[in-house]
Amino acid sequence: MVSVGAAVSEPGSTRKNKTGSWRTFKPIQDSEKCIECGLCYLYCPEGCISTDYQPDYDYCKGCGICANECPVKAITMER
Amino acid sequence: MQDINTNEYLAPGHRACSGCGATIAVRLALKALGKNTVAVSATGCLEVVTSPYPESAWEIPWMHVAFENASAVASGVEEALKAQGKEDTNVVVFGGDGGTTDIGLQSLSGAMERQQNIIYICYDNEAYMNTGIQRSSSTPFGASTTTSPAGKKSFGEDKPKKNMAMIMAAHGIPYVATACVAYPQDLMMKVEKASKIKGPAYIHVLQPCATGWGYDPSKTIELGKLAVKSYSWILYEIDHGNLNITEKPTKIPVEDYLKVQKRFRHLDDTHIEMIQEFVDQQSRELGLIEDE
Repeated sequence: MVSVGAAVSEPGSTRKNKTGSWRTFKPIQDSEKCIECGLCYLYCPEGCISTDYQPDYDYCKGCGICANECPVKAITMER
Repeated sequence: MQDINTNEYLAPGHRACSGCGATIAVRLALKALGKNTVAVSATGCLEVVTSPYPESAWEIPWMHVAFENASAVASGVEEALKAQGKEDTNVVVFGGDGGTTDIGLQSLSGAMERQQNIIYICYDNEAYMNTGIQRSSSTPFGASTTTSPAGKKSFGEDKPKKNMAMIMAAHGIPYVATACVAYPQDLMMKVEKASKIKGPAYIHVLQPCATGWGYDPSKTIELGKLAVKSYSWILYEIDHGNLNITEKPTKIPVEDYLKVQKRFRHLDDTHIEMIQEFVDQQSRELGLIEDE
């Protein structure tokens, strides 16, 4: 019988692929200004902002949504 | 933040474009659904970016099937789980606008008509983005795509966007809702509601696409907010036949939403006026603005 299709048995294995290399601009979070609203965490397309609001640079593609949406401008994009 | 599920069911490292709206929608939906969930995806951006063989971004059981049969497969999954006595497991389908409004429409209609206990979530980026921005029936009037280009001989998309949520509502299913990635609490509330309802639920999520719409990736959420504020995308739910508008922002002109996108750059004032009239008419039909 010819097998059509493929199975991947390791959940979440895209973690092997560090998409941080795509990044041009890097989000820098200022903990002093952060009001812990959680918007950056919710809006991150990679899900790579931790619950203490620090980006994981291994995966951050540098889209800048977090910096754009931060209500207190606690995140800046730096080259 | 306190009541939000902090587990991630969609792993990073996936190949979505920078600033992708679809992965935001799926992340948030999965947070609302939790671990006891089986997902089925139609072909589309989401499937391509989350499953570059031999990797998978999914932390829950997930199956990719063709464009046209995602709802049929989900129906089978639901029946199989029922036979095993696992009726509390959520079965969710993620389909793009192409896989939902065009190619997957018949199987979706069938699953809804059979009152299958599944949740169908359409992530709508208003064209076939993964294959190169071809128009779908969900592409709005005026948008330039590669198969409805703006130029001397072609105006851009010349037909209105298919009203998919209302087509689903016409099936008489218990729960239909529209949502947008820019309103995460609203989106998660609707997905959670859908998971608690017995019977089929349909949620249509608008998700701006930086690649296809032509804007800076950092503006994905901003665009979603503009769509809702201009009433181009109205957030509502139809819970057992009762219509409830969940977001009533102060109205801004539709031009503010259109002018920031490359796909609408060719529109002149008469076209914008036409779109504004269309938007106003839709808002009136939903009772969002009063008759003049």
